[in-house]
Amino acid sequence: MSLHRPESLEDALALLERGATVLAGGTDVFPALRDAPARGDMVDVTGIPGLRGIARIGDGWQIGAATTWTDIVRAELPPLFDGLKAAAREVGSVQIQNAGTVAGNLCNASPAADGLPPLLALGAEVVLHGPVGRRVLPLAEFVTGVRRTALEPAEIVVALHVPDGPGRGVFLKLGARRYLVISIAMVAVVVEAEAGRIRRAALAVGACSAVARRLPGLEAALTGAAAAEVAAIVAATDLPELAPIDDVRASAGYRLDAARTLLSRAILTAMEVPHVA
Amino acid sequence: MSLDAPAGHIGFVLNGDALTVPASPTARLSDVLREAAGARDVKVGCNAGDCGACTVLIDGAPVCACLTAAGQAQGREVETQAGLVARDATAERLAHAFQRHQAAQCGICTPGMMVSAVALLRSGAALTEDSVADALGGVLCRCTGYRKIIAAVLDVAGKDAAGEDAGTGDGVGAPIPRLDGWAKVSGTERFGDDVAPSGALLCRVIRSPHHRATFLFGDLEAFRAENGLALILTAADVPGRNCYGVIPGFEDQPLYAEAETRFRGEPVAAVIGTAEALDAMPAFPVDWVEMPSVLTPEGADSAALLHDTRAGNVMSRGRVARGDAGAGLARAAHVVSGAFSTGFIEHAYIEPEAASARRVGDRIEVQCCTQAPYMNRDGLAGLLGLAPDRVRILPTATGGGFGSKLDLNAQPHVALAAWLLGQPVRIAYSRTESIASSTKRHPSQIRMEIGADADGKLTAMRFDGVFNTGAYASWGPTVATRVPIHASGPYVVPDYEAKSAGIHTNTAPSGAFRGFGVPQSAVAQEQLFDMLAEKLGMDRLDFRRRNVLRNGDATVCGQVFDSGMGIDACFDALTPHWDAALAGAAAFNARSTTRKRGVGVAGGWYGCGNTAMANPSTIRAGITPGGVLKLHQGAVDIGQGSNTVIAQIFAQALGVPVSAVELVGADTDVTPDAGKTSASRQTFISGNAARLCGQALRAKILRLANVGDGATLTLGAGEIVLTDKGIERRIPLSGEGYAIEAVESYDPPTKPLDENGQGSPYAIFGTAAQMCEVEVDMDLGTVKLLRFVAAHDVGKAINPLLVEGQIEGGIAQGIGLALMEEFLPGRTENLHDYLIPTIGDVPPIESLIIESGDPHGPYGAKGLGEHCLIPTAPAILNAIAHASGVRIHHLPATPDRVRAAILSRTE
Repeated sequence: MSLHRPESLEDALALLERGATVLAGGTDVFPALRDAPARGDMVDVTGIPGLRGIARIGDGWQIGAATTWTDIVRAELPPLFDGLKAAAREVGSVQIQNAGTVAGNLCNASPAADGLPPLLALGAEVVLHGPVGRRVLPLAEFVTGVRRTALEPAEIVVALHVPDGPGRGVFLKLGARRYLVISIAMVAVVVEAEAGRIRRAALAVGACSAVARRLPGLEAALTGAAAAEVAAIVAATDLPELAPIDDVRASAGYRLDAARTLLSRAILTAMEVPHVA
Repeated sequence: MSLDAPAGHIGFVLNGDALTVPASPTARLSDVLREAAGARDVKVGCNAGDCGACTVLIDGAPVCACLTAAGQAQGREVETQAGLVARDATAERLAHAFQRHQAAQCGICTPGMMVSAVALLRSGAALTEDSVADALGGVLCRCTGYRKIIAAVLDVAGKDAAGEDAGTGDGVGAPIPRLDGWAKVSGTERFGDDVAPSGALLCRVIRSPHHRATFLFGDLEAFRAENGLALILTAADVPGRNCYGVIPGFEDQPLYAEAETRFRGEPVAAVIGTAEALDAMPAFPVDWVEMPSVLTPEGADSAALLHDTRAGNVMSRGRVARGDAGAGLARAAHVVSGAFSTGFIEHAYIEPEAASARRVGDRIEVQCCTQAPYMNRDGLAGLLGLAPDRVRILPTATGGGFGSKLDLNAQPHVALAAWLLGQPVRIAYSRTESIASSTKRHPSQIRMEIGADADGKLTAMRFDGVFNTGAYASWGPTVATRVPIHASGPYVVPDYEAKSAGIHTNTAPSGAFRGFGVPQSAVAQEQLFDMLAEKLGMDRLDFRRRNVLRNGDATVCGQVFDSGMGIDACFDALTPHWDAALAGAAAFNARSTTRKRGVGVAGGWYGCGNTAMANPSTIRAGITPGGVLKLHQGAVDIGQGSNTVIAQIFAQALGVPVSAVELVGADTDVTPDAGKTSASRQTFISGNAARLCGQALRAKILRLANVGDGATLTLGAGEIVLTDKGIERRIPLSGEGYAIEAVESYDPPTKPLDENGQGSPYAIFGTAAQMCEVEVDMDLGTVKLLRFVAAHDVGKAINPLLVEGQIEGGIAQGIGLALMEEFLPGRTENLHDYLIPTIGDVPPIESLIIESGDPHGPYGAKGLGEHCLIPTAPAILNAIAHASGVRIHHLPATPDRVRAAILSRTE
């Protein structure tokens, strides 16, 4: 039961080929053990240079896989990322945000992962490294199901790539208490508005389907809409992407109802002209 | 600094000291800090990042040590509560602020709270209620209701009151800091698992994975030998009677199931060995055959009997009848009725059950967190087949109890193992097994009818409550007895009939939980009161005030109190707040459509101590030949404050400052039986024993000195100095043990109940009225609590700050009951699916302390522990109804249920 702390990506990949478990913030690895001791080796990827941090690269932004949620909260980023920042503050608690990483949240592939909707709304791509080299997947193709991803054996996420653009992000999370809560439903939107009308809306909903989903039909229906029309369009548009379930947190019907309310609110908030202090 | 550690070791800086400890690098840092580095101020509450008790700073950032691999701390700086308070001036100031505000009750969450707060304070961020809540939102507390924690962090720069330890004004009525508080805020307090002897073997319990099952063991001796285990325990190894319980005549729970398990989580065996052996152990050799089970009272009457002697799976029933309820309802001008239900509520103390035991000659000594050391002693004696005096219980600090740590839990497993092995054995429950196996608040299904005349005077009530008591009796009979006595609320009800039944099902046993069924009945009764007031067109507070029990009125048991019934004063105290809140809500609602505000009120009462039966406490004190005053204080302090309250009462009676009193902690070899910490009885009953003990000791001293009653008394080295009317006398102290001592008992006067429940069940009732303001999001069904005002008649506040702490903590638990908590066997066995309120879920609380005195209470004091949460849930539900127009009958009022009710109303 060794803990390896490689200082290069190559070393990490070599260790993973020998069957070790990836460890970053530990906020999913340890709870999954329940109360049992760890079995097998772990590879701590947080010490690999270049894996942590946010940088402007070319026509977009690169978020290192081991970037913590606290790093996101503290980063200087344009309004496009406001939703991601808001989501970062809702991941577990300060303790979880200090340790938990962006890539870890995606790889854990919980239907209620707080990070997924805002990154879907941002059009993020996932950069992977593995035995066959580097590949890039759209985020929607990376998370494939409940606790399932497109990760091949011995492959790891090294970064996310987010295209830059205008627009403003908003994230709303609905839970049964204020802190440390698993979402009943959550929405993330990025809205670009012009002269009071929506030019482009990117919408994603979490905890209402096996994997958080973008809503292309509603996004199209909202193009050109004024603020006053948003609620009616959201209410009237079919959301075939969503398939919520009944569980201990809420009923399926409530989730769908709440998702529409949250979508309208998030879109309208994103359309507001931000106050300049 | 180089901290490269040798293989199998981890090197890091702990609280300023570089150290290297043997550890697996993939072990949880929390375990390594506790077990290898000795940092037992790091608490383990969940092993899942759900409670934050294990929060430490790594390179200055707060993280959960339970989610950190020990190897990730290699070469880094780790700081814990004890180290911070000892080394960091800010942390030390914070500790003083926590003491000043009584921000620690039981103290188990205090390390996580304080470590998180230090990170905030060091960050230089502006201190606001929101910034404090954001910083501390990852740490759960079940005792305080968080308000005093927020106040303490905001007041970190404040100063302790001058002279509070100077020996003046610290007796009855003084809001002194907790006498046992500094250990809690400085990281030196020791809870159940913190005192485990080094080298003790570990015990792990094997539990049923099914609600009901038969089972067959494999070859246990071969399994034991193959895996290097020291011992395997099953029912066959129990030397005494494999059957225990808390109420005479209802002992029905085996330590290990014999042929069939009756609930998911029930023990069938235990394994004892080294940590390494248990970690490496393969699956325990047991085959299960799942059997049909019943989880709710519906169908329990026709299900297989859980206990042969209890026909229809009825554990027990209760009934109180006065007048003719049918006739009273018939003559009412208005009658309301309804069905209400509540679910299982988990106690969710942040300290899971823990115990360690060692055999000392022909005696067994058990250290454990507990609410009831003497009951534990007698229960263990029965299981082990020993005389009670051969069992010693040494209570540790108890990290929350709320009723569930009355029952035996972890203790018998280690006691039996240590008894048989002759070497120390320890156990700490995991969060999952704690939730799965511990007792719960009874789920309730209540039907109730209430009638009033045209003037708004109550004419009658009829109440029928069915309570799911789970697989074993535990405190179920108490709930069945108490509920019919209390279901009227603190009101005059001429014609009354209340029936209750406790029904066995294949679930964890329901037992004692703050209020013993009364919070559930109040949910029905106080909601129906609002419905009745609405029919009458009366103000809801006025309606209640018109019907309150006053001195001289008969309760539904026919008991008449000539003094001390203070519920009218409680409602009166709320009136100005009520009027202002109603006006405020109306103004808000006039300009808001999506969000609607509402105000709710509810009353409650609770009889202190056991129901109509003996319930004595004994307190002993003595003065050593050296002049040290020792108080043998056996009323276990589980955070509520008995260590402080009992000492204040005793010191007042003796006529010395509290600072002169040295506490001798609870220990069945050393402290006499002060009964259990339960039923809001310690301040009242043990407080009276302490008052009598102080008075008796004083009388002995005055007699020795031959001085008058008014003499002042000062303890000196080897002498007592008495001053009376300017004359000074000195009594030299000598002898073995104590030079002078006193032992006194108190048992409250009660009278048995007849077949209609008529009699005098309690010497004292405490009463309360609470008001709540809420905002309901009509589109989402979410409920935001804005403010509570809580008026509590405590007779006399021995320590007003402790009274506020009880009120705030009780309200927090009432919030959970109303809005979010429900244990579902097998589904919510952790603290992320079972939700309790966080620091962001408890709004400001204004406490109005009413002191109407009481002829039986010590200095007029009554208990209040249970009272604090009884009105809370109905006050919230009434506020939701006022805001939204929908009434929630089936708890918890989660967003989906509130929204569904709103939608069904508008359809």
